[in-house]
Amino acid sequence: MLHILVCVLSGLTAIPLLAILGEVLIKGWRQLGWSFLTEATPNAYKAMMAMSAGETIPGGIANGIVGTFLMLLVAAAVAIPVGIFCGICLSEYRKNWFATIVSYLTDLLQGTPSIIIGIITYIWVVVPTKGYSAFAGSVALFIMMLPLIIRSTEETMKVLPETLKEAGLALGGSYWRVMLKVMLPSALGSIFTGILLAISRVVGETAPLMFTALGGAAISWNMAKPMSAVPLLIWEFFNDPNLQSLIWGASLFLLTFVLCLNLLAKRIAKKWKV
Amino acid sequence: MQDKIFKGLLILSAIVIPVIGGGIVYSLTNDAAGAFERFGFFHFIFSDDWVTTAGKESYGALPFITGTLLTTILALLMCIPFSLPVALFTGEYFKGRKIATVLGTVTDLLAGIPSVIYGLWGFYVLRSVFIHLDLSPQGSGILTAAFVLAIMIVPYAASLSAEFVKMVPSELKEGAYAMGATRAEVIKRVVFPIAGPGIFSAYILAIGRALGETMTVTMLIGNTNQMPDTLRTTGNTMASIIANQFGEADGLKLSSLIAIGLLLFLITAIINLIGKILIRRARRV
Repeated sequence: MLHILVCVLSGLTAIPLLAILGEVLIKGWRQLGWSFLTEATPNAYKAMMAMSAGETIPGGIANGIVGTFLMLLVAAAVAIPVGIFCGICLSEYRKNWFATIVSYLTDLLQGTPSIIIGIITYIWVVVPTKGYSAFAGSVALFIMMLPLIIRSTEETMKVLPETLKEAGLALGGSYWRVMLKVMLPSALGSIFTGILLAISRVVGETAPLMFTALGGAAISWNMAKPMSAVPLLIWEFFNDPNLQSLIWGASLFLLTFVLCLNLLAKRIAKKWKV
Repeated sequence: MQDKIFKGLLILSAIVIPVIGGGIVYSLTNDAAGAFERFGFFHFIFSDDWVTTAGKESYGALPFITGTLLTTILALLMCIPFSLPVALFTGEYFKGRKIATVLGTVTDLLAGIPSVIYGLWGFYVLRSVFIHLDLSPQGSGILTAAFVLAIMIVPYAASLSAEFVKMVPSELKEGAYAMGATRAEVIKRVVFPIAGPGIFSAYILAIGRALGETMTVTMLIGNTNQMPDTLRTTGNTMASIIANQFGEADGLKLSSLIAIGLLLFLITAIINLIGKILIRRARRV
């Protein structure tokens, strides 16, 4: 009796996934095309004109794609080394009071709502530099990624056998050499998985970018200026009735990207299990 | 020498975390001070004013605190009947089998969907269903937001709880079976008592997740600043009022929104800390 109930209720949890995937796919696949991915978002006036003429809205989400990748790149370039080093530190000094505090604070930071990260980056970066910028967006994404990378590095380094390190040290390797050339490479598969999951987690974040990167209609490569991102564009389309027909294409792009990253991370985790 | 540099780098990178954590508390408190000084800390929390007219400005956080608590509690209640079966499915009934991996992938993907897309789906699909079923007059509101929120925290609660269901020693279960217990009895008398503390902490962490969820709620809750009187009405949560009004706010309003941010940060921090302490304790057993 109980097992039937368990199976039915468990099966029901698959429905939202299928419903969301189906909805986004059905409404979005027609829009996804070369021009959608390579052209910038039209302004509301152009979109309105096209709509009243009965044509499809010109343009696409290229400004968001460029922005998302650029901001992620900058954020990841800092978060990955800092996160890995911090993770190594936490696993090396695990009995130390300082490491215990840092470990709890990492959990705390990981649980902090993304909107708070947005506010704090606004206070720290946007206010002093007197303007919204892609750089501020990167800082927000950095703060979001950091605890995720630290956790995955720490957990992986903790399960590596102590004998591995001892063997390296016994062969006369210096401490840093053993850590970077023996321990880190053995953990690389899992750490890489952690990085992919961290990226897939932040790539869809809207809240921390709203008051930092702000958004912009043109394709921009300037980190000191406001920049758009795909989730920001979705939010923009949601609020602008003229651009609403672009929303599903953008969502399909984002969803495909995030879910592929997720599946890739799972595949890698299975293959390179420590 | 190089070892010293390396160790220095390790410590230096670890210091980044307390700096960010301390910085968040300091900056939020600093910028929220204006609102707290003007209205008084407790008055700000327990006031339901939200008057933006220049000269007569008055702000209070109560409607948003209420909105956050209502959506979170409702989401938790709706999440349990689904996440618990999933945890039993993957951790007990089909432990280690292919079908459990499939369900695990489904919930992982569900957890990976960005919150704006949940919001879109809720707005364009679920809202009309809610209107049709007469659950809510406009379709958007506290009930709708909580429902989608529940879907979003199911994977999180389920995968954490499954970890503890799996950890129940098989000797104990086999002992119970040997005495003639049925599977349902084993789950009730052996699995739940042992995995209970872990499952409990999983739900605490799920609450922490639901408290701060921003985009989905902003898109679905209807964004009104009055005290919600029934679950069918619209409202605002602490996260959604910030998302809605932070962009064009300045002066006292900005300070009030940051004050709400500080309260939200403190509430989630406390809930998460309790959850983490409980879960660490549960893992050690």
